[in-house]
Amino acid sequence: MKLRKNVAVSEAGLLFNPVTGESYSVNPIGVEIINLLREEKSPEDISKFILGKFATDKATFEKDYHDFIGILEHHNLLDSHEETKA
Amino acid sequence: MSKTRYERPVIKKLETGMPNKFGTRTEYEPMTHIDGVAVKDLIKEFGSPLFVISEKTIRDTVKKAKKAFGTRYPKVQFAWSYKTNYLNAICNIFHQEDSWAEVVSGFEYDKAINLGVDGRKIIFNGPDKSEQDLTKAITNDSLIHIDHLDELYSIRELADKLKKRPRVAIRVNMDTGVYPMWDRFGFNYENGQAWDAINKIMHSEKMELVGLHCHIGTFMLSPFAYGTAASKLSELALAVEQKFKHEIKYIDMGGGFASKNTLKGSYLPGTDTNPTFDDFAEAISTVLLNSNFKKDKLPLLILETGRALVDEAGYLLGSVISNKRSSTGRRNTIIDVGVNILFTSFWYDHKITPAQPFTHYSEDTCLYGPLCMNIDVIRESANLPLLNMGDHIVIHNVGAYNMTQWMQFITLRPNVVLIDLDEKPHLIRIKESLENMNSMERVPSHLTFDR
Repeated sequence: MKLRKNVAVSEAGLLFNPVTGESYSVNPIGVEIINLLREEKSPEDISKFILGKFATDKATFEKDYHDFIGILEHHNLLDSHEETKA
Repeated sequence: MSKTRYERPVIKKLETGMPNKFGTRTEYEPMTHIDGVAVKDLIKEFGSPLFVISEKTIRDTVKKAKKAFGTRYPKVQFAWSYKTNYLNAICNIFHQEDSWAEVVSGFEYDKAINLGVDGRKIIFNGPDKSEQDLTKAITNDSLIHIDHLDELYSIRELADKLKKRPRVAIRVNMDTGVYPMWDRFGFNYENGQAWDAINKIMHSEKMELVGLHCHIGTFMLSPFAYGTAASKLSELALAVEQKFKHEIKYIDMGGGFASKNTLKGSYLPGTDTNPTFDDFAEAISTVLLNSNFKKDKLPLLILETGRALVDEAGYLLGSVISNKRSSTGRRNTIIDVGVNILFTSFWYDHKITPAQPFTHYSEDTCLYGPLCMNIDVIRESANLPLLNMGDHIVIHNVGAYNMTQWMQFITLRPNVVLIDLDEKPHLIRIKESLENMNSMERVPSHLTFDR
């Protein structure tokens, strides 16, 4: 699971996809996850990082993480080709 | 080091141009307390969901309404509409604020009597008054508002039987220029039914015609319609005086004033658009003062305001059960408040506020209740801050009709708490239990079995 190379995200949470010209607003925890995806972290590593930083439990985050990934895929922000190769 | 508060990750496409059907975001501050009492403490002590009523808001609203009418017209009397909320504690707040009782059934009549309301200060409305109900009302010298001719004749017979002269009014329906016209109850003004009923009462001499009553609609957004109604009732009262030399003591304008809720389909919120007490008072009192009543013969103005006096005092607290997505990707949130206890969600887009801090991120959300029924939708579309499972929400303006029209359906009806003027919560209605429900049932012996 990897973020498309040309997708830009600012610290303030503004995400821009130059391929489609569309912009998005992302909340701080979403920015954290996107940056971790950019670094090609595994879901386990992402979960470990988030659970260490935010007051939540594994089940809640796992559910929300998969929901978030689903929306990123829906907006075509993930590089599915990279994923297939992996 | 303490961890950061968790908020689920969210990404939202930025769109410019026309606003979407979910509207703009309206909630900027959480509602953590009601009258100084923490929402989380209320839920911890009394459970979720939970109705909470603010005594302070009720009393403040009554004062506002009294001021609006009292400063414009010299003789005003409010009568608490029992059907709007007949929890005993709530009725007693209104009675302490000098309201009479306005009831529409034998059950409500008995409730008022049990609460110690003087029978002479009970207005008995409605189309269904049994002989037993009428006998009670006549014996207690209550004000009986006649709905139809069959009732008129029944009262005439009972007056003979009881050797009493009942105090009566007639309910008049009329065209006030609003649609739909409410002509189901009472006698019509335009086609002469009302005048005919008045003549029957006056000629029989068995009853004392003390008032004229109307109730032109519900959640009325036009104060001018009340002006039209007041004008027509004044004409009738003056006609009675001219023909029979009989003074009509009061004009009862009924209820129907809109609260600050937002009707479904409205473009702007009710808080911005719905008329105030001053608007209604101006429309009614101007007509009465400008009519041909002599200065010392102005009729008492009775108002049966219900919804507008109690809606804002009621809150419904709930909790988030789950977040999920629909097949189209829409955010669906399930809460533990269903339409069975929030009947008014069929009419209004209730304002909903999270009870804990949140960030400025929001999502277009559909709020579902907990019932296993497709119709159980609390808000079809609301732009809400991100809610986590277990978070609490506050639903506003639920004081009217919900605690009378609620249903025991699938789930049990919850506790109701009143927060008094000293910011102390009191349990005023205990939540239902399986034992309560079973105690009303009987199982025939051939259907019982030994466990």
